[in-house]
Amino acid sequence: MTDIALTTAHSPSRNWGRIALRWLLFTLLGLFALFYLMPLFVMVTTSLKSLEEIRTGSLVAFPREVTFEAWRTAWSGACTGIQCEGLRPYFWNSVILAIPAVLISTMLGALNGYVIAQWKFKGANLIFSLMLFGCFIPFQVVLLPMARMLGIMGIAGTIPGLIFVHVIYGIGFTTLFFRNYYVTIPQELVKAAKVDGAGFFRIFWSIFLPLSLPIIVVTVIWQFTQIWNDFLFGVSFSQAGTQPVTVALNNIVNSTTGVKEYNVDMAAAIIAALPTLLVYVVAGKYFIRGLTAGSVKG
Amino acid sequence: MTEWLERHVPKMVLAPSFAAILVFVYGFIAWTAWVSLTRSRLLPKYEIEGLIQYERLFASPRFDTAMVNLFIFGTLFIIISMVLGLLIAILLDQKIRTEGVLRTIYLYPMALSMIVTGTAWKWIMNPGLGIEKMVRDWGFENFSFDWVIDPDMAIYAVVIAGVWQASGFVMALFLAGLRSVDGEIIKAAQVDGIPNWRIYSAIIIPSMAPIFLSAFIVLAHLAIKSFDLVIALTGGGPGYATDLPATYMYAMAFSRGDIGQAASSAMVMMAVVFAIIVPYLYSELRTKHD
Repeated sequence: MTDIALTTAHSPSRNWGRIALRWLLFTLLGLFALFYLMPLFVMVTTSLKSLEEIRTGSLVAFPREVTFEAWRTAWSGACTGIQCEGLRPYFWNSVILAIPAVLISTMLGALNGYVIAQWKFKGANLIFSLMLFGCFIPFQVVLLPMARMLGIMGIAGTIPGLIFVHVIYGIGFTTLFFRNYYVTIPQELVKAAKVDGAGFFRIFWSIFLPLSLPIIVVTVIWQFTQIWNDFLFGVSFSQAGTQPVTVALNNIVNSTTGVKEYNVDMAAAIIAALPTLLVYVVAGKYFIRGLTAGSVKG
Repeated sequence: MTEWLERHVPKMVLAPSFAAILVFVYGFIAWTAWVSLTRSRLLPKYEIEGLIQYERLFASPRFDTAMVNLFIFGTLFIIISMVLGLLIAILLDQKIRTEGVLRTIYLYPMALSMIVTGTAWKWIMNPGLGIEKMVRDWGFENFSFDWVIDPDMAIYAVVIAGVWQASGFVMALFLAGLRSVDGEIIKAAQVDGIPNWRIYSAIIIPSMAPIFLSAFIVLAHLAIKSFDLVIALTGGGPGYATDLPATYMYAMAFSRGDIGQAASSAMVMMAVVFAIIVPYLYSELRTKHD
């Protein structure tokens, strides 16, 4: 667009107009950037201030005296109700919960997507539609029976129970991702491999899996973000000691005992957000691809 | 035997997942639907009694508030996120050298848990120490911004946090849409001397209709499921001023011990999602067959 504009902009007045417009554009973009960055800025600066400074100073001021006391408390001393062990045990809960849940749901999604895209059989599309629909239900509709089911299975309130729930309700999305990826691979590949005597798993293992790195990354990031950030399942199906980090964060912020320590709340919030933020900064491209793949095409 | 096995392996691979979905999605929906027709309280009962739970639900002022809130929150959240997202996408589409950095900044809230977002905004909007105090310290003594504790305004505080979180994502969707418009048409229009704003309003934006629909679906879906945001930001309060159907359902299921109400409110949520998703899926499938 600019090359066209350049050739037509001869007179100096038009040039001034363009420069003014350009400045307006940058100003607006800058203001929007401030709007999105402000909460992060406030979180970080608040977490580095003492309570005294929070009470007397301004919300958006830099800390006069940087202290990491709030971070220490948030990590290992803040109270989530009656216990005061900080966020640490719950952070690890989230880690040991997310890793198997992400891996299992991704693996199942890859196999399912491979079958649906490349080994079409009668009814495969119906099965896919039914699985896809499962992505869209509000999970409130399965909370009650799932609570009972976990009880019957003997894994209520445990981390394996939460892993199970996340795998089950993650399958729809992971299958969708892999199916949409594998559908673009020509069917002739499977046919040729079959002629050469390769079987179902052999073809998957030596042809499809090596092609799948981008979609594996997208799926792992999507699932990790979903599971790490989950609150509904975490708060419904955990008990004291097995809660994920989001639930513990909410408990710290809303615990009513003692003085409200806003700096600790903010440090805890940043700690809870750090893993997904890190993933976003390192692999933002894949994160966005997952978001759009999960929404644009069904 | 091996040939039979070879032929049926794909089905056997898909079967466990499919069975799981059948039981844990469809079976569970059926269970919830069934229980919503009973007199279940603390424990589920299975004798069907008709629509008494729904009658109770729609007679309940608390659920009424929750539905009104869902409507207010959903409408504002969707409209503001879409307008903001489109505006930023168009601004970013003007060959900005720092686009990559800006895009990263606009989109990062989407990587955060809604609990984190709610916690952050709860502090920013804290009446005693947040924005209100900041502006008062600037000399505007009478400035007041206490939405999070004002029953009439608290739901709008939830809208602010929700828009902050999701608008960057809408921006990314729209930006991808703007980039996919046929460049030849735009060049032709520019050669004809059509001003940029006309190119956007008459050519580019109308051609992005499917993206508007996708953005709408995603946002509507987020709005209905918004549970964490309300819990972290206002806890549903003051009182139950910011209750949504999702928080109502949770309160009935896990703190009030009223399974019948929990089940029926979950079914109402399901119906709302249906009303939005089904026409969308239907139109998607139809256009594919055409």
